[in-house]
Amino acid sequence: MMNCQQATRLLSESQERALSLSEKVSLKVHVMMCSGCKNFSLQIPFLSQAMKAYARGLDEAVEDDVKK
Amino acid sequence: MTRVVPDTPQPEASDISVLSDTAFLTDLRRQMVKFATLQLSNGQHAEDAVQEALMGALKNAKSFGGRAALKTWVFAILKNKIADVLRQKQRMVEASSLLHEDEEAEDFSELFDHKGFWQSDEKPATWGNPQNALHQNQFWKVFELCLEALPGNQARVFMMKEFVELDSGEICNTVGITTSNLNVMLHRSRLRLRECLENTWFLKGERA
Repeated sequence: MMNCQQATRLLSESQERALSLSEKVSLKVHVMMCSGCKNFSLQIPFLSQAMKAYARGLDEAVEDDVKK
Repeated sequence: MTRVVPDTPQPEASDISVLSDTAFLTDLRRQMVKFATLQLSNGQHAEDAVQEALMGALKNAKSFGGRAALKTWVFAILKNKIADVLRQKQRMVEASSLLHEDEEAEDFSELFDHKGFWQSDEKPATWGNPQNALHQNQFWKVFELCLEALPGNQARVFMMKEFVELDSGEICNTVGITTSNLNVMLHRSRLRLRECLENTWFLKGERA
């Protein structure tokens, strides 16, 4: 059975490539039983989202300065 | 939360004040240099890219409604400059700097036991609704500190992927690593960044 190191690796790779059907299935089974990896699977897309928000120029932080 | 939309310029008298606002420009330049240096691992190239991006944006400063729009624009230009430099500068990470992977191998044993399962105190916790954090200025300070805490190579490939938005093939080509190397580095950088955000933000106060 897949361990957490392998599961987090696949979850990370799923941001770069489409996983195969068998990878998806073993990942799904692992994540259903493992709360740590379940949380990790929700955090990975957030990291990407946060990075893109940061990339947009940190404009929200600046907006506050502008309002002052 | 009102967003300043860059493509609706509202020329005002205040445009001029952006150019004379030394504190704002100094701060903006500092952030750009920090970002470019992390990406290019070369102070001179970083300074050059920032210089060009800033000049280009300031020439058109009049078309921007305010500081936020200007900043968004200037970072978009900088991002493109960096992507250009990276594309020209093949194999910018010398082999020597990739040898640090040995020390980084320890990371996994801190996080996972010998069977590859989470150490009990390293298991990722629930973050609730993390999107709320995106609207808090303090979160971005923490986020920046966590990015800066990543080992140089991990930070670089992670930012190439998620900030400059190069695809995997392009990153591998530029840095001179295999897809498998890249996946290992991205895996590590995500594990670290996640852990840092969890400890310094999402669990702050809950876990002593």
